[in-house]
Amino acid sequence: MKAFTTLNGLVCPLDRANVDTDAIIPKQFLKSIKRSGFGPNLFDEWRYLDHGEPGMDNSKRPINPDFVLNFPRFQGAEVLLARENFGCGSSREHAPWALEDQGFRAVIAPSFADIFFNNCYKNGLLPIVLPAEVVDQLFRETEATEGYQLSIDLAAQTVTTPSGQSFGFDITAHRKHCLLNGLDEIGLTLAHADEIKAFEEKRRATQPWLFA
Amino acid sequence: MTAQTLYDKLWSSHVVREEEDGTALLYIDRHLVHEVTSPQAFEGLKLANRALWRKDSIVSTADHNTPTDHWDEGIKDPISRQQVETLDANIKAFGALAYFPFKDHGQGIVHVMGPEQGATLPGMTVVCGDSHTSTHGAFGALAHGIGTSEVEHVMATQCLVAKKSKNMLVRVDGKLADGITAKDVALAIIGEIGTAGGTGYAIEFGGEVIRGLSMEGRMTLCNMAIEAGARSGMVAVDDKTIDYVKGRPFAPKAEQWDAAVAYWNTLHSDDGAAFDKVVELDGAAITPQVTWGTSPEMVVSVSDRVPDPEAQADPVKREGMKRALAYMGLEANTPIEQIPVDIVFIGSCTNSRIEDLREAAAVVRGRQKAASVKQVLVVPGSGLVKAEAEREGLDKIFVAAGFEWREPGCSMCLAMNADRLLPGERCASTSNRNFEGRQGQGGRTHLVSPAMAAAAAIAGHFVDVRHF
Repeated sequence: MKAFTTLNGLVCPLDRANVDTDAIIPKQFLKSIKRSGFGPNLFDEWRYLDHGEPGMDNSKRPINPDFVLNFPRFQGAEVLLARENFGCGSSREHAPWALEDQGFRAVIAPSFADIFFNNCYKNGLLPIVLPAEVVDQLFRETEATEGYQLSIDLAAQTVTTPSGQSFGFDITAHRKHCLLNGLDEIGLTLAHADEIKAFEEKRRATQPWLFA
Repeated sequence: MTAQTLYDKLWSSHVVREEEDGTALLYIDRHLVHEVTSPQAFEGLKLANRALWRKDSIVSTADHNTPTDHWDEGIKDPISRQQVETLDANIKAFGALAYFPFKDHGQGIVHVMGPEQGATLPGMTVVCGDSHTSTHGAFGALAHGIGTSEVEHVMATQCLVAKKSKNMLVRVDGKLADGITAKDVALAIIGEIGTAGGTGYAIEFGGEVIRGLSMEGRMTLCNMAIEAGARSGMVAVDDKTIDYVKGRPFAPKAEQWDAAVAYWNTLHSDDGAAFDKVVELDGAAITPQVTWGTSPEMVVSVSDRVPDPEAQADPVKREGMKRALAYMGLEANTPIEQIPVDIVFIGSCTNSRIEDLREAAAVVRGRQKAASVKQVLVVPGSGLVKAEAEREGLDKIFVAAGFEWREPGCSMCLAMNADRLLPGERCASTSNRNFEGRQGQGGRTHLVSPAMAAAAAIAGHFVDVRHF
């Protein structure tokens, strides 16, 4: 997994609540058996004017000029600013894969759906929860300022605006450690293989029907 | 010992180890695997040269991509076919307790197949790379959806890295009116707490109404816990749970049955157990529910009108409502019963079990599909559900009414196969999500119960099934 330490990134504002994972990456792209290459189909139904299917040359498709991701001023954005309950719906990890493949490294919102939130951490994508009024302020500043960037420091757990205003955010020690160091979580867990085996044997003895 | 909730019991009995920040390794008993969210996980195992930790925890089927007609012609879409064949190859290479491939008699939607095979048991932790895994909580199991990285993690370690959620009790007391189903209860709850109301919580559904639901109804309810934002929903074990499990292929055998039942009977919240949040609904007040927008919380009673965004004070919500109405092609204040439907879909992991098909058939018997309705799909949840429905003659009732009786699969719930809405088509659907594009790009979804969907197919528009 890609490590996340600090980021100074252009912000793209997506001003809608309850953005679901079907919107982030529509189902037809879930037929892929790979975990890369989803970026061009991120927000496919909002981003293009035609119907997208796997295998199309996305560079030749008509883009929707009214969709924020297509605005020239937000090209190269690495921070997505979003509204409440971002990532609700299906568990598809293709959603964070698509965001990451598009170049996003962090998503800031007042709240996230649980499964999406969890999936982000597995892919070096940092989801940051900030209070709704702070997110409101960031939306206003992003709209008002061409080239608006935010600085994110994971070690310090802060998001800092261009004017130097700083906001703290929460993250569990485990997730922070994994993300800062880009650790393979399976490798970490397998370091406890003996404990897992011991637990399993106890379970096999007390609830043998689970192992039939 | 302090009083524990059902969730507390399920959680604590599966913790292998816990770190200071509360991050735990949670042991997983059952891993359900389907073709869409597993290929990258198997690929990850191969690349790292890792084996499955416990292959007899895995039960698998192909459901999302499989066609629901012309099975003799196979899967025509080459990309869908490749995904299903990749699952075939991975199961062959890695192994599993059971696999129900495309066209197998036991094949079906993973959340229908698991319980009917007895692969879902009370007290288990159940995971699957699918958000509707919450369904299995109906059995007093801790069940939730996971992402593909977690699928790989469970395959390699039999554990999930997890943090305990908070406890929420949703209690529905009173008595449901005739014609009101678990689907209406689920939608009424989501209408009450919102699609993010359960975020961060594990929801236990309790109360007189829940005790009165069949296992099929409880599965419908727990299925939609995720639409309320909760990764897992659950119902305490009772005699109905145990009767349902008894005799199923993977249920405990004779010599272990009594010990299992003795344990299962402890799977309920203790008297006085503390919940972080309690939500109460009056079951008698629940009416047939119809969604009008593009989020399951955008729901009203069939006797209501489409809400007016101008009456909404919150600007973000107001904009969301306006956008939803534009997408849905609806005017504010339109009576729900005046909304015509083009397509009706009866199926999905929410409502494709035998009881759902019986409820729909009871409405349809002796009636005809409205001429204005282009297509009615009835898609049983599994090969076993299909066989049972045919044994009861339900298929004949549907076909006589002009409905299409299909092969099992996820079908038009998410339209990964050929079953999908065309832009602008309006669908009365028994599925779980009315998101933009969910049933096909530009398609318009109204979530309803099987009885309400069947009634809409006959009437050509939404109609109150209580007076139909």
